[in-house]
Amino acid sequence: MRKQLMKGNEAVVKSAILAGCRAYYGYPITPASEIAEAAANYLPQVGGVFLQAESEVAAINMLYGASSAGVRCMTASSGPGISLMQEGISYMAGAELPCVIADITRGGPGLGNIASEQSDYHQAVKGGGNGCYHTIVLAPYSVQEMADLTALAFELADRYRTPVMLLADGFVGQMMEPVEFSQTAAETHLPKWAVAGTAESRGNLITSLHMGSDDLEAHVRHLEAKYKLAEQNETRAEEWHTDDAEIVLVGYGIVGRILKAVVADARAAGLKVGLLRPITLFPFPTQHFQRLVPRARVFLVVEMSTGQLVEDVRLALNGARPVEFLGRMGGNVPSHEEVLEFVRKLARRTPPALALDEERMAHV
Amino acid sequence: MSSELISEYEVVHGKAKVFYETYERKEELQHQTHYCPGCGHGTIHKMLAHAIDELEIQDRTILVSPVGCSVFAYYYFDVGNVQAAHGRAPAVATALRRSRPGSIVVGYQGDGDLSAIGSAEILHAANRGENITVIFVNNAIYSMTGGQYAPTTLLGQKSTTTPRGRSAETEGYPLHVSELLATLEAPVYIERVGLGDNKQIAQAGRAIRRAVENQVRGLGFSLIEVLSPCPTVWKMQPVEAQHWVRDVMEKTFPLGVYRDRTKEAQPWPAHEAAPSLEKIPQILGVADEDLPEGNALPRAEAEHVDLHVRVAGFGGQGVLLLGEVLAEAGLDAGLEVSWLPSYGPEMRSGTSNCHVRLSREPIDSPLVTVPNVLVAMNEPSLRKFDQSVRPGGWVIYNGEAFPEDCRQKDLRVLALPFTQVANELGDARAANMVMLGALLEIAGALPQASIDAALKRLVKNPRWVALDERALARGRELYRESCREVCHEG
Repeated sequence: MRKQLMKGNEAVVKSAILAGCRAYYGYPITPASEIAEAAANYLPQVGGVFLQAESEVAAINMLYGASSAGVRCMTASSGPGISLMQEGISYMAGAELPCVIADITRGGPGLGNIASEQSDYHQAVKGGGNGCYHTIVLAPYSVQEMADLTALAFELADRYRTPVMLLADGFVGQMMEPVEFSQTAAETHLPKWAVAGTAESRGNLITSLHMGSDDLEAHVRHLEAKYKLAEQNETRAEEWHTDDAEIVLVGYGIVGRILKAVVADARAAGLKVGLLRPITLFPFPTQHFQRLVPRARVFLVVEMSTGQLVEDVRLALNGARPVEFLGRMGGNVPSHEEVLEFVRKLARRTPPALALDEERMAHV
Repeated sequence: MSSELISEYEVVHGKAKVFYETYERKEELQHQTHYCPGCGHGTIHKMLAHAIDELEIQDRTILVSPVGCSVFAYYYFDVGNVQAAHGRAPAVATALRRSRPGSIVVGYQGDGDLSAIGSAEILHAANRGENITVIFVNNAIYSMTGGQYAPTTLLGQKSTTTPRGRSAETEGYPLHVSELLATLEAPVYIERVGLGDNKQIAQAGRAIRRAVENQVRGLGFSLIEVLSPCPTVWKMQPVEAQHWVRDVMEKTFPLGVYRDRTKEAQPWPAHEAAPSLEKIPQILGVADEDLPEGNALPRAEAEHVDLHVRVAGFGGQGVLLLGEVLAEAGLDAGLEVSWLPSYGPEMRSGTSNCHVRLSREPIDSPLVTVPNVLVAMNEPSLRKFDQSVRPGGWVIYNGEAFPEDCRQKDLRVLALPFTQVANELGDARAANMVMLGALLEIAGALPQASIDAALKRLVKNPRWVALDERALARGRELYRESCREVCHEG
């Protein structure tokens, strides 16, 4: 297939339409607006719906409507807008409505700034709305992955009947790289549960309301079972030079790219360094971390935040190995040079052999 | 009542066809609704049900129920049912109707839901003229949560959160939704009706039917506001509450038609048919046959390419385009490439920069923090990035005199008045391409055919293509000339 140079944000829309997305409701925000603009351009040309909503609150509730009608649908926003959408995301998770939400993150809290940060991890991965629910969260690190993971997001959203978030930073959204697309547009079918204004779908009900305590408990357990199933089947991570890695770098999104450069230089300097890049942030690729424990001496998590992903890494390792952290904020990116320096220090500091804590390993 | 009169009165025990046979809301008494005795919802449900029956649209109807006492409307209506978040029914209805143009979408909302938390959603759905029907039940109070005041609560009316009665000073005045929405251009039909007596009820039934029929005819947005009794929260007997609607509420909320454009309104245009799936890659511009061949095997001269370029200058100098042409040409030549702009207000405050990488190997980091080529289109950009250039790297600087204090050991410099050169070629704005020409000559990285192809893809105006081609050639020349000078000077 032939490649073309394209911005990550534009690749999201093209891939979404190829995956059968036929409705986009959104509200502009830097650095995600190109997604809305491309959707406004292309969706009407393919028989789809584009509407710029009056707010992110309205936009996500429009997705609730479109998804109820059985249409593959999406929106995109960034930090503050995603915060406003949390109401609808919780409702959609509760009502088991699939949709795709691209979060092209920026700096926070509050208005923060429009530069790249990874501080939306918690509100994406932990679920920012009320109730016991999760969204599946995918973290692309290149324009090609913006396209590929968007397509996957629609598949997973339908398979698990749940909102799926594409958590990408401003860099991945704004940069251009060569990308190739599927040459066939997916055929979609009206789900049996949809409310489509037809005789067949009459009597269907979309709701997140379960008044009886036993009813609601059963429903929440059902949701939880879906998340467990997703954990078994859908976790993804990239391992890069991890076979013999003693120092394992961990980062997602644009940081994953920087860490690849660090691994190359560290290896050139004779250090056994590898990269573990989570691609699904929920479900979290815990198994990948556990597999590396026997060889790894230390894990270094690098994030554009004060440390959000690092909490999940610590949970995944359950104390089996020390976890170090390097974070930058406000649009500052951990530079290749600064991470490499940290790695050198770790290499000097880390004792040559670290006995396995058998008791802890038994738990992981 | 005399037995004679009773015999004349035909008691209707049947219910609308659209209602379910039994209501599963409660374990017992499944022939009853969950509404309180004397509540207006039952009456309004019945009127809506009859309208759906009469218009024969049961299969097509989607009812969007709100948060409030009517949250359980879906237990009664045997139609498609969607239960929405508090106040968001108009947003949900908007998308249902737009994605399913054949459906009839009815939003059913109370006054807390519609006029308070959902005020933005109803305003904008009405203003867009969404082809939906909204039944707005106004009982001047939050009933389900136990009697707090609503935007529609009357002045002086007591509630649990206005225990001394609503005061204009602290809570403002009752919100007149029908009047407010009637100021908009798009709505087709807005009427306020009441359930205060049988005459009002009969009119309410007609209005609701009309509002649904408007949608069946595809005319656009209709809203019926129904003043409705809440005996439980008002602490009145059902009959007393009904009369309170007529005798008290109506004074604040006059009944009547506030908007009627049904005669002149045109049906919404029908959707254009969707193209076949085969055509979609083409429409998106991603079909293989429409893409440049590119991805040629890298040529010999490209073998050792590993460019880390930072381009910086003022906004308007074509900084981003310079980088884009370089990246596009790299792709055409079969290299791995990345282009990353500075974005946001930075773009608008005068300075601009981008990171470009070209390599034989997959690009790890697209961020260029240590460039091996810096293209500085002005002095501030030079001063911002010159310290970051890799030892042995190049600085291509737009200025005749390279600032002495920026000179570093191991830095190679090509400093020329590129803007002036471009001006002589025909347009100062082509300075970016003169500088790119010099860069390409220095890097020796890319075949000319790839540069030409990239330029044609990115620059649409043929006049500019011609000028840019001359600019690129001139840039190459300038670099070669500078080499000769250096050699000559020995």
